[in-house]
Amino acid sequence: MSAEAMTLFSTELAARFDALVERYPVRRSALIPMLLYAQDEIGYLSDAVIEEVARRIGITPLDVRNVATYYSMLRFKPAGKFNVQVCTNISCMLRGGYKIFERFQERLGIGHKGVTADGLFSLEEVECIGACCWAPAVQVNYDFHDELTEEQVDAILDEYRSRSQKAGSR
Amino acid sequence: MADVTFTVDGKKLTAPAGTLLIEACRKAGIEIPAFCYYPGLSLQAACRMCVVRQEKVPKLQTACTTPVAEGQVFITDSPEIAQARKATLQLLLGNHPLDCPVCDAGGECELQDMTFKYGAGESLYAEAKQHREEQQWSPVVYFDRPRCILCYRCVRMCGEGMDVWALGIQNRGVSAVIAPNGGDHLDCEQCGMCIDVCPVGALTSGTYRYKSRPWEMNHVSTVCTHCGDGCKVTLGVRRADDGMEIVRADNRDKSGINGDFLCAKGRFGFDFVHGKDRLTRPLVRNAAGVLEPTTWEKAIRLVAQKFGETVGTGDGQIGVIGSPRITNEENYLLQKFARTVLRTQHIDHERTADYPTFSRMLAGAEDRAASHREIAAAPAILVLGGNPTEEHPLLAWSLRTNFRLNHARLYLANTQPIRLERQARQTLRISDYDALVRYLGGEDAAMASIAGAAEFRQALLAEESLVVVAGAEYRGASLAALMRWGLCRTGVKFALLSDFANARGAADMGVYPDLLPGYLPLAGEQPLHSEYAGMPTNSGLDLTAMVEAATTGALKALYVVGSDPVTALGVAQGALRNSFVVVEDCFLTATAAEADVVLPAASLYEKTGTVTSCYGDIQMVRKAADVAGVKPDFEIVVRLAGAMGVDVRKLVPFGQSTGVHADMGQSRGAQAGEADRHAVWLTANDLEPRLSPFDPLATLDEVERLVPSYRLDRLNLFAGNEMTTTPGAGFVSLDSLVGRKDGVVATHPGLFRSGELGRKTEMLQKLQAYQEGFHSAAAAD
Amino acid sequence: MPRLVSHPDEVKIVTRRFGMGASKIDRYLELDGYASARKALAEGSDWIINEMKASGLRGRGGAGFPTGMKWSFVPKQSAKPKYVLVNGDESEPGTCKDHLIFLHDPHAVIEGTIIAGLAIGAKMGFIYLRGEYRYLIENVERAVAEAYERGFLGRNIFGSETEFQVIVQSGAGAYEVGEESALMESLEGKRGVPRIKPPFPAVVGLYGGPTVINNAETIATVPHVLAMGGAAYAAVGSERNGGTRLFGLSGHIARPGVYELPMGYSLRKMIYEVGGGVRGGRKLKAVVPGGSSTPVLLPEEIDIGMDFDQVGKAGSMLGSGGVVVIDDQTCMVEFALRTIQFYQHESCGWCIPCREGTDWLKKSLTRFHAGFGTEKDIDNIQYLAENMMGRTFCPLGDAAAMPTLGFVKKFRKEFEDHLHGKPCPYAHHPEVELV
Repeated sequence: MSAEAMTLFSTELAARFDALVERYPVRRSALIPMLLYAQDEIGYLSDAVIEEVARRIGITPLDVRNVATYYSMLRFKPAGKFNVQVCTNISCMLRGGYKIFERFQERLGIGHKGVTADGLFSLEEVECIGACCWAPAVQVNYDFHDELTEEQVDAILDEYRSRSQKAGSR
Repeated sequence: MADVTFTVDGKKLTAPAGTLLIEACRKAGIEIPAFCYYPGLSLQAACRMCVVRQEKVPKLQTACTTPVAEGQVFITDSPEIAQARKATLQLLLGNHPLDCPVCDAGGECELQDMTFKYGAGESLYAEAKQHREEQQWSPVVYFDRPRCILCYRCVRMCGEGMDVWALGIQNRGVSAVIAPNGGDHLDCEQCGMCIDVCPVGALTSGTYRYKSRPWEMNHVSTVCTHCGDGCKVTLGVRRADDGMEIVRADNRDKSGINGDFLCAKGRFGFDFVHGKDRLTRPLVRNAAGVLEPTTWEKAIRLVAQKFGETVGTGDGQIGVIGSPRITNEENYLLQKFARTVLRTQHIDHERTADYPTFSRMLAGAEDRAASHREIAAAPAILVLGGNPTEEHPLLAWSLRTNFRLNHARLYLANTQPIRLERQARQTLRISDYDALVRYLGGEDAAMASIAGAAEFRQALLAEESLVVVAGAEYRGASLAALMRWGLCRTGVKFALLSDFANARGAADMGVYPDLLPGYLPLAGEQPLHSEYAGMPTNSGLDLTAMVEAATTGALKALYVVGSDPVTALGVAQGALRNSFVVVEDCFLTATAAEADVVLPAASLYEKTGTVTSCYGDIQMVRKAADVAGVKPDFEIVVRLAGAMGVDVRKLVPFGQSTGVHADMGQSRGAQAGEADRHAVWLTANDLEPRLSPFDPLATLDEVERLVPSYRLDRLNLFAGNEMTTTPGAGFVSLDSLVGRKDGVVATHPGLFRSGELGRKTEMLQKLQAYQEGFHSAAAAD
Repeated sequence: MPRLVSHPDEVKIVTRRFGMGASKIDRYLELDGYASARKALAEGSDWIINEMKASGLRGRGGAGFPTGMKWSFVPKQSAKPKYVLVNGDESEPGTCKDHLIFLHDPHAVIEGTIIAGLAIGAKMGFIYLRGEYRYLIENVERAVAEAYERGFLGRNIFGSETEFQVIVQSGAGAYEVGEESALMESLEGKRGVPRIKPPFPAVVGLYGGPTVINNAETIATVPHVLAMGGAAYAAVGSERNGGTRLFGLSGHIARPGVYELPMGYSLRKMIYEVGGGVRGGRKLKAVVPGGSSTPVLLPEEIDIGMDFDQVGKAGSMLGSGGVVVIDDQTCMVEFALRTIQFYQHESCGWCIPCREGTDWLKKSLTRFHAGFGTEKDIDNIQYLAENMMGRTFCPLGDAAAMPTLGFVKKFRKEFEDHLHGKPCPYAHHPEVELV
């Protein structure tokens, strides 16, 4: 089987990739967004994903790794289905960001960079997510949750749990 | 660029506009410290050690990124700058392990030196240091992460310098780390350049780590023994139980044509010297047919007696095989010994390039041979055949560097893909090297079906000057045709690639059955005829024919120096028993195993003399290692001659034999005898006679006197610089070469392969197996 | 959905269309959208640059460089294509203004990008958003698609012979990429490490071509400047500080939010009138006036106008306009620690003083805040910060050192209160992990 035929990407992702690389004056410009999109679909940047991205861009896997490891949103181990990112930076800290983070730790039974046993949630303390005026804020995957109280933490977790169950029962 | 004048620390300096301040200062003797700046590599401005104050600029500037311009004023030394540098060092030392007492770099560490200079002696760091286990990335590359100061020299050297790009930077901030391409290992050329440029002990060498302290070694500058590129190498040697052992090889002094470059063979390929298979005692085949150790005296006496008896039966009874691995002096002496003492014309060596044709074509042409330095600086280079990256790593390095720094235009024509294509302006995939020459000469039909041929030729013909580097594919008529094409054009120079450390030297020294030193023909009246009184002047047998003749007994004796024809020619075991075989070598080669007498020889790292690179660069080799029991080939030949009752002075011009040097030979006449002629020459050249028959430099004197292309500037040569042969000098008969069999067998060494020497070098064997592991795994996928 | 706020003192120029559904192109057009771009296309480059110069608009990213002048540095003739780059990698703690622009008025960014392209003669623009802003990226991408549909972008914009393409690019988490040359590296698919300057982006920028790079707020302001005229825009602000600014009030403020106020607006009024004072009626302890990298101001230092020059004179910086209000129950050591923790996390690692300095400071402050500090540590923290200042490869080192120096110098007493095993007097977060 030819190397080109082997892919980890869905048809949509592969098509998106093919379209993206052609848009820029330089193919490589697609690298960082593509890594993020690949991570969204596959969950993390495995060695195989890195190799495939390298092949599609036309650079070495080392080169991809050099770049990928620079960006803090990219990860090399699986995270939970819902990755809870709690901002504790100054604006959030002043409005109880750490308390929110503690509440998540308590409720999920995991710490920074932990993943729940069922793989549903992972937790991260993150740097400023650009929601300072609506602090404290968290992101679950790409969804923002602003002006949180500790009580709302439980509701957020319940919401995602039920979302997952719905998806599962479908 | 026009020169500009600027002021540094109150001194007016002048440099071409655009010169980096750090370089301009270094040239003026003003030292500006830097970790990340490395000449020839891309700029980083990362270490912040080279900060200087520029007038009218608010912030301190980095000297490594500041191009000088007219009228600028700089301060490079002030309390402010010293404090900035000290603070940077303090920041670096914070998390640095300070395991200097056991660190390989201790004593020659740039971080240590700068700390010493800027006095960041008191540690302010009160936090826990982060320890990380050392990693082994390959048999030769080890990485100690906490020691790494992230100067990125290794990354740039590997990428920009080597074009291998096996090292990267991963993560960011304080987690940033140098990472190898295999995740936890390196799949690369294993050149060790990364280790070489590391300013601290973060990257250490598999052959050197924890072996020695820098100050325990002596450092001997010599020439690498492996390929024909002629890299200078500095061997770190240390006293061992059985002599002096080599513990390290590098070229940090950047001497020679290679600068700081060395490949894996040069850097890691020296353990053969003290290898377990090394011969250290002469062996003689006993009555039971088994080789048994004996003394030098007995062995020499036996060989001398046998040779003497054989010579007594007439001319041409003994075959002599020289070596592309031994010095010029040894090869010269060997052929002189063969012709004048053994009275045989059967002398040859393992030929890996057709230098006779090369020299013949250049005879009388001035300045048409390209030295390595010329190739490294040429604006345009045509590489025909060959595989520089694998077989001539320095050539590949120089071509890459020339492309990268000088935008040299590189043209490649090859039957297969080779690694330099990325640097090439044009690459032509061809199937017939001869056809290419015809095509270049205007025969369009010769390359009718080759894509890109027209553009290739057009671009080449547009070059005002061109260096043509030909691989061993070009030999005999095809080499002659190529050179004829080039010689018709102005500005074309040539180089011819060959495989071993002194392949060119062996050829230049006349280790041929049909050519004398300097490629002079045997026939006719040559100055050498009177020097080599009574030598046989009919053409002898070549290497293959000699071995064949030895198997039939047509040759009564075979004297093999530093060569293994049994392996090369696939000679059957026992086939040489009809002949008396003497082998001089470092190891018990297949040929040695068949010999009647085996004499343990010194390797190139254990002797003094000169070698000639395939580009004609003549360089001194110096004795670095010492292995008890072995002798240089030079000494062995002299001892053999002595034991045969020959007047050794006739073989090696040493001692004040005639006392004529004072009167320029007027009282005795130049024809009074060869020793006199030599003495006259010595006096004319302000040289003293050598005092010992074992001094190879005595023979070097004779080579210079008799071989026109070997004109040597002693001061430079002995200082470690290279002299370049002038193959155009002197007369070479064209006729003697017409229809001559070139006998070239290219051996295609690799990055870790180097003939028998490579097989006996444990580290090279390891590297070969290690790298093959990746490729066979890839093939299995 | 981020809450929108308003105050009578606001002068709504950039935020004029916020909350009005202008992210849809029809609505944007109803609100005079793309009129400035059409006008710019008709009037040409020199006119645009002159208006921009007259407006006194200064870069909203933090450095405050005059936008018109920046555009005029781009060579008219260039062998390589020129580019416009919009820096929407909003990452400075305390700053979330671009968030709202991308959410409520993405077309203003697109229109500003087109105008910048017309000004410098570029055919391609990139709008780079931080990767965390995925929903905003999608919003901007959707707006870009609309603009293409209408022919406002593409080979013949607004039916003219002029070409202009826009690509929306996602980052993937790196504060340092907010530095202009690092952003170019990132856009070229590389590590976000800044480039050596000179050459400056106006000459050698993205893909080696002349490049103008502006903050998203700056670009979103551009259409308004052309609509109202440079001089009129300038008149809104203070001397040498044209127009308005989006100030983000966060921290212990009663009414946090993003307010558009004239340049030079009083900081005291901003806190006590616009923001409703300190939350819960507490006392003000300190203000970080322009994002986490700007040195802290004391309550007695807030009688200044919020523009680049006046805040600079007060020993701090206007920065990104993120005003972080700190009440009297806050531990400044912890605040300093949280600030340096950010810079340690975001340091690219390229140069020694920043890489090692931020890490060392973080470790020292962590230990110090946990009660294991010594007198000497306070001096050492100051020494490290002083020796990072001005010595690093890019401004991130300064961004880490400046606030640290501010905290140590202005709150030395609070540092001393942590000495001798005393617990943090303000501890509301007792367990600080020793790393």
